[in-house]
Amino acid sequence: MKILVTVKRVVDYNVKVRVKDDQSGVETANVKMSMNPFCEIAVEEAVRLKEKGVATEIVVASIGPAQAQETLRTALALGADRAVLVKTDDEVQPLAVSKLLKEVVAKESPELVIMGKQSIDGDNNQSGQMLAALLDWPQGTFASEVNVADGKVAVTREIDGGLETVDLTLPAVVTTDLRLNEPRFASLPNIMKAKRKPLEEMTPADLGVDIAPRTETLKVEPPAQREAGIKVESVEELVEKLKNEAKVIS
Amino acid sequence: MSILVIAEHNNEVLGAATLTTVAAAAQIGGDIHLLVAGSNAGAVAEAAAGVAGVSKVLHADHEELAHPTAESVSAIVLANADGYTHILAPATTFGKNFTPRIGAKLDVQPISDIISVEAADTFKRPIYAGNAIATVKSNDAVKVITVRATGFDAVAATGGSAEVTTIDAAAHISANAKFASQELTVSERPELTAASIIVSGGRGMGSGENFHMIEEIADKLGAAVGASRAAVDAGFVPNDYQVGQTGKIVAPELYIAVGISGAIQHLAGMKDSKVIVAINKDEEAPIFQVADYGLVADLFKVLPELKDAL
Ligand SMILES: Cc1cc2nc3c(=O)[nH]c(=O)nc-3n(C[C@H](O)[C@H](O)[C@H](O)COP(=O)(O)OP(=O)(O)OC[C@H]3O[C@@H](n4cnc5c(N)ncnc54)[C@H](O)[C@@H]3O)c2cc1C
Ligand SMILES: Nc1ncnc2c1ncn2[C@@H]1O[C@H](COP(=O)(O)O)[C@@H](O)[C@H]1O
Repeated sequence: MKILVTVKRVVDYNVKVRVKDDQSGVETANVKMSMNPFCEIAVEEAVRLKEKGVATEIVVASIGPAQAQETLRTALALGADRAVLVKTDDEVQPLAVSKLLKEVVAKESPELVIMGKQSIDGDNNQSGQMLAALLDWPQGTFASEVNVADGKVAVTREIDGGLETVDLTLPAVVTTDLRLNEPRFASLPNIMKAKRKPLEEMTPADLGVDIAPRTETLKVEPPAQREAGIKVESVEELVEKLKNEAKVIS
Repeated sequence: MSILVIAEHNNEVLGAATLTTVAAAAQIGGDIHLLVAGSNAGAVAEAAAGVAGVSKVLHADHEELAHPTAESVSAIVLANADGYTHILAPATTFGKNFTPRIGAKLDVQPISDIISVEAADTFKRPIYAGNAIATVKSNDAVKVITVRATGFDAVAATGGSAEVTTIDAAAHISANAKFASQELTVSERPELTAASIIVSGGRGMGSGENFHMIEEIADKLGAAVGASRAAVDAGFVPNDYQVGQTGKIVAPELYIAVGISGAIQHLAGMKDSKVIVAINKDEEAPIFQVADYGLVADLFKVLPELKDAL
């Protein structure tokens, strides 16, 4: 079985982002970029499926600027076999992401696509569901367990009330949640090997997809700032403040 | 304008998030219709008809909708989407699962997690774990939106008198995606997103066993119990306790964070709480930067004291 994994290059999760003074967006110049953490989990899951003998080939795809090659090389070092970069410097919104990925799927014919549940920059949580809809494939989102057997995949999903398992007929799209696995680190030999693995580049035009944004960002502002309050010395003082000052308990 | 709101429910009662989603619809303005897809969910459809401001209820009933899949719900919505300018759902794991499918099929870029309505086509939403708030304008013909509950005050559950229309479900049940089983967390305590007080524990709790100290305090306060990702990953508590950027977003009257450092991903889920208390033995912990009342102390010493003081 062939698996397609998608990886997005985003501002590293440890960076405290700053809004630009002109309110046009957040500062991304000279900021550490990394693979979206949910995509790391997606790569890891695919690699484990290959190690178990369930998957035969892992193709990893990214949409973004030339630097997204680094993100793809990271995925190759973690165990993916081949990479595809859809190169563009333009903003690509989830609708366009899913249209581009639909074309990549048409070229590659994977039986399973594994994506992150959410990009930690735009916090959209849309692309996987949208790709599944465009392909008319079933989806297993927010996965904490994935079991492939007999042309089906059982996906255990993290939902608001607990866990839910759905049975999907392959081909299908799965999006990862935090508890699916703990991603490994790439070893130095594997990082070296990854440099020689194939990385194919194409453009949105090559795939015949119009990626013009549908929503406009009018402005980006910092959130309301919260002032640090006071330190209390004891439990007694805390309870007194909560009762008489904040009046949130009685 | 004509707005279709997809109701969240458990086939018995209408979920609270439905009422905040209707509130967002009311701010957009226009006719508001509620769609209820469920199994033996007649009582829910009736309740939906009573929600203030709703003029029509579309009710799809089928046994396979007892645990609706995104595939089936989106197909039902799409079959009934004609004429609506806006399609809204709660920004819960239910709403986030199917709403993007509707966007894709309508060739629309959905807008997730809105926290305010600026105009019928313009909304505010947090990005980067709430470290920035974007004002976005949709140029699509139909707006497909999920609504973050903490941004809106629920409309009244009663006072309306909408008509209920039955719509077809059978033709839209997915053959490729089937509900298999579920394992819901059973708790006598209030639900996290509905609670007015939340007591959350982090890695500092040390074990699932020690969470009893949090639970006893929660029970004295009638509070819900939450957790950081680290506490969930360590298996101290179930996944649905997670508060944060990629867990639940809460804004109670009182949020008590115990043994939680205050990573941006955690703050993203609770920093709009009215009053925040932090208990942490490290006075440098970032959680103190957002706390109204900070107590620098060993939680194992002060939690028993707190229980007795309440
Ligand atoms: C993609 C992604 C998504 C994420 N989403 C979320 C999310 O939704 N929610 C979330 O919470 N996190 C999320 N995280 C994780 C987040 O970055 C932090 O790792 C996590 O919040 C840390 O949890 P913690 O504060 O419990 O643990 P730690 O950071 O380890 O903090 C433990 C704290 O307990 C204190 N402590 C220890 N012992 C005691 C004691 N005896 N008495 C008092 N205090 C004590 C310590 O001083 C410390 O401050 C996400 C991370 C990523 C990468
Ligand atoms: N530009 C992109 N390149 C590759 N994958 C992407 C891109 N944007 C989104 N994705 C995938 O879709 C998932 C969900 O993203 P989003 O819908 O933006 O929250 C991510 O975790 C990625 O796996």
